[in-house]
Amino acid sequence: MNLDKFLVKGEPMIYAAMVSIVVASLAILIGLTYFKKWGYMWREWLTTVDHKKIGVMYIIAALLMLFRGGVDALLMRAQLAMPENGLLDAQHYNEIFTTHGVIMILFMAMPFIIGLMNIVIPLQIGARDVAFPRLNAVSFWLFMAGAMLFNISFVVGGSPDAGWTAYFPLASLEYSPTVGNNYYSIALQIAGIGTLLTGVNFIVTILKMRAPGMKLMRMPMFTWSVLITCVIILFAFPVLTVALALMMFDRMFGGQFFTMANGGMDMLWANLFWVWGHPEVYIVILPAFGIYSEIISTFSKKNLYGYKSMVVSMVAISLLSFLVWAHHFYTMGHGAMVNGFFSITTMAIAIPTGVKIFNWLFTLRKGRISFTTPMLYSLAFIPIFTIGGVTGVMLAMASADYQYHNTMFLVAHFHYVLIPGTVFAVIAGFHYWFPKMFGFRLNEKLGKLAFWFIAICFNITFFPLFFLGLNGMTRRMYTYSEGSGFGPLNMLATIGSVGLAIGFVILVYNVYWSFRYAPRDTTGDPWDARTLEWSTHSPVPEYNFAITPNVKGMDAFWAAKKENQPLYEGKIEPIHMPNNSGQPFILGVIFFFLGFFLVFSMWVPAIVTGVGVVIMLAWRSFERDHGRHISVEEIIETERKLGGDTV
Amino acid sequence: MKKRGPLFLLFISVVLLLSGCSSNLLVLDPKGPVARTQSNTIIFSMIVMAVILLVVYILYVFVLTKYRATKANEGYEPPHEEGNKWLELTWTLIPVIIVIVLSVVTVRTTNAVEKVPAGYDNEKPLVIYAASSNWKWHFSYPEEGIETVNYVNIPTHRPVEFRLYAYGPIASFWVPQLGGQKYAMSDMVNTLNLVAESPGSFMGKNSNFSGKGFAHMEFEVLGMSPTDYTKWVDDVKKTAPKLTETEFDKLLNTELVGRKSYSSTHLSFRPAPEGENAGHHHGKANSTDNMDNMNMDDMDMSNMDHSQHE
Repeated sequence: MNLDKFLVKGEPMIYAAMVSIVVASLAILIGLTYFKKWGYMWREWLTTVDHKKIGVMYIIAALLMLFRGGVDALLMRAQLAMPENGLLDAQHYNEIFTTHGVIMILFMAMPFIIGLMNIVIPLQIGARDVAFPRLNAVSFWLFMAGAMLFNISFVVGGSPDAGWTAYFPLASLEYSPTVGNNYYSIALQIAGIGTLLTGVNFIVTILKMRAPGMKLMRMPMFTWSVLITCVIILFAFPVLTVALALMMFDRMFGGQFFTMANGGMDMLWANLFWVWGHPEVYIVILPAFGIYSEIISTFSKKNLYGYKSMVVSMVAISLLSFLVWAHHFYTMGHGAMVNGFFSITTMAIAIPTGVKIFNWLFTLRKGRISFTTPMLYSLAFIPIFTIGGVTGVMLAMASADYQYHNTMFLVAHFHYVLIPGTVFAVIAGFHYWFPKMFGFRLNEKLGKLAFWFIAICFNITFFPLFFLGLNGMTRRMYTYSEGSGFGPLNMLATIGSVGLAIGFVILVYNVYWSFRYAPRDTTGDPWDARTLEWSTHSPVPEYNFAITPNVKGMDAFWAAKKENQPLYEGKIEPIHMPNNSGQPFILGVIFFFLGFFLVFSMWVPAIVTGVGVVIMLAWRSFERDHGRHISVEEIIETERKLGGDTV
Repeated sequence: MKKRGPLFLLFISVVLLLSGCSSNLLVLDPKGPVARTQSNTIIFSMIVMAVILLVVYILYVFVLTKYRATKANEGYEPPHEEGNKWLELTWTLIPVIIVIVLSVVTVRTTNAVEKVPAGYDNEKPLVIYAASSNWKWHFSYPEEGIETVNYVNIPTHRPVEFRLYAYGPIASFWVPQLGGQKYAMSDMVNTLNLVAESPGSFMGKNSNFSGKGFAHMEFEVLGMSPTDYTKWVDDVKKTAPKLTETEFDKLLNTELVGRKSYSSTHLSFRPAPEGENAGHHHGKANSTDNMDNMNMDDMDMSNMDHSQHE
């Protein structure tokens, strides 16, 4: 077989990437063998169905992807630092901004949020696991398969290069003849199925598995946000599934859905993409709102202000999120009426969002605010995100958008929404729930240092882009002339991005440092928090709660602490838990290879692996697995070891 | 907290930049009525947004300074607050009013920029077809019977109707100082009405990513007085070569070309996708199935009659 088809050649950076991938894989394999950890890996991680471990794996994957996407970003900023810079050529630059977008949204923001969801939601509602633990593992391994498939495109066959939006006809076989966009359609499809399953799983979990007494209107705000997010996932992701399937047909089987001839319609892709794509923005932002609500309430030592209007506004946002997609292409020429309609629906989203901002401010009011690292991120979110919000309203005005569309102004806007919105939130949540996952807090000094680097340098990086946009600089240009006058502000943005990178390096160093030196937390409640997840031990035993908590109001754990309401009544009984299984992992591996063979149109192996998928599904269908019980003695022993006081 | 310092600075710098140096930014330095409407809309919205930001920031600074944990308020137990109906209603209704105001402005200005600018609606617009291809712009003047590549000269104070379409990926036709952009697509024609009110050179570009040569898809719009314009048209007619079909195909297949002028247009043998030539005429789709054929559509259309543009 001809290897030329697979290997990307002629770029020092790609050779470096190949070498580093090989070295890293070897290091992992040798390390696992040397430390005799293969069995441990398999038993404790690869086959786990425990929501907490799956959550940790999601977050590790998200952090890795953050660095992949971050390196892409730094390369782009380096290329744009000076006019007529020769660091990257057009093709390479196009691949990099495409993968940056896809990876940051789908393989960084999404898994980071889903990871936190996994860890926190069952604990917040007093459940032992999610509704379908095995399905949860399938979700994770499908996500992993998709993410890995997408990432190898850089060195095997070439990355997609038509932007993360993959507009047709640019992304068609005619204008993107490499396998890059095959990777796009297949890898996103596989990961997308995983996300859809997660949505189903968490809706059922939240609706059916809450502890006794936890009515819907007593749920913590993060749980509410996740419930609403999962409903959006349920309605939005099938659209992506369909769009990607049509794309696959166009690119691999001679379909003509989006082509320029034979009745194909390029605008159909743009519509389908954004019917999914705009709700997707809220899929990553609503859980962030939930995280901020938890953190701001905890560190103000107050309950959340305007709980009901917080819930109502999130429901309103979720409905509106499906009515605004055409604002991504006002310039497509659908006339003043249509543009007017979408302008108004888009601006309407500002209303419930504004309600939330004021409710947070009034939660802070009359509080006793302590400035911990997670709180700093949450507080920085308010003023920075508001800039993103108001520029969003500006972009919503169709007449003005004709001047902002496709420019750096837009780029600045969505980074002002997504970074303080989603990225700050997942970092804040990561610091906040870290002691719950691992039993110790991250170092506060290093945490704050990283925060200041990130918060300040974020603004230095992205604020200049507003002006560049108004001055006529479009997005996705790999170079610009000196005469354009874009040079100085671009240089400033590049300097900022270096500071941003330093911040993230400090953050990771903090994880390493804290693993080695941070004092262990024995209370299970290091922040003096309010919700149920803090009422059990840290790290959490696999069954979560020795006795199912009995909820009598909102902020149940706070009430238990302040008013001595007993949270755990009754005696310990044997706990029914699901068994581990290797099937989800194997299914993920098969899906990875199925995807790979499809990308390269290798039909025979693709059919073989496709049959493999069906066999795996059949195997699961005919399997009898009733789980197992943890005995009372074992629970008492575990509780004693963890210094439990609930017994 | 220290956080507010840099943010406040940023905010002040926005206000300063808007009031003082706005003339440096192309979008806020309009040279025609369409861009002026847009620039005014943008500045109006910026002022509204600045007021909103100010309210949020003042409240933010206030709560963070007043309610931070200090040694002095060690024993302070924050109260339990469910919320306040009237306050919550206030910060729902005021944004509703703001959105209504902005909606009215948006709908009116969007209507305005879609039409021929007010004051010019009685004049017969100059029609120019602007077609993108990888990676250049073709401008056809059907009335004058001339065609240019990568530059377009227009008379000042006369409405120009740009009819946009594409050979290949979606492009977006944008001349910031004359007015906002619109997509050029392969299967339909979009209309963009612009007027230049002062002579001069304006930067135009494709703003929608369309592949490798995208960053080089710039063109110059030269606004010239009507007499200069007529002179230039006559000049091109006299001196420039005819645009033949072979020459046009060669142009389409050349990735980057400089400026070109021709004394005939490609519309006769390669009509724009409008009217009967628009896309989505499923029944009439040509028989070519070969996806590798770059110029598959339009192939069988060359024998149709499009003399109306001649």
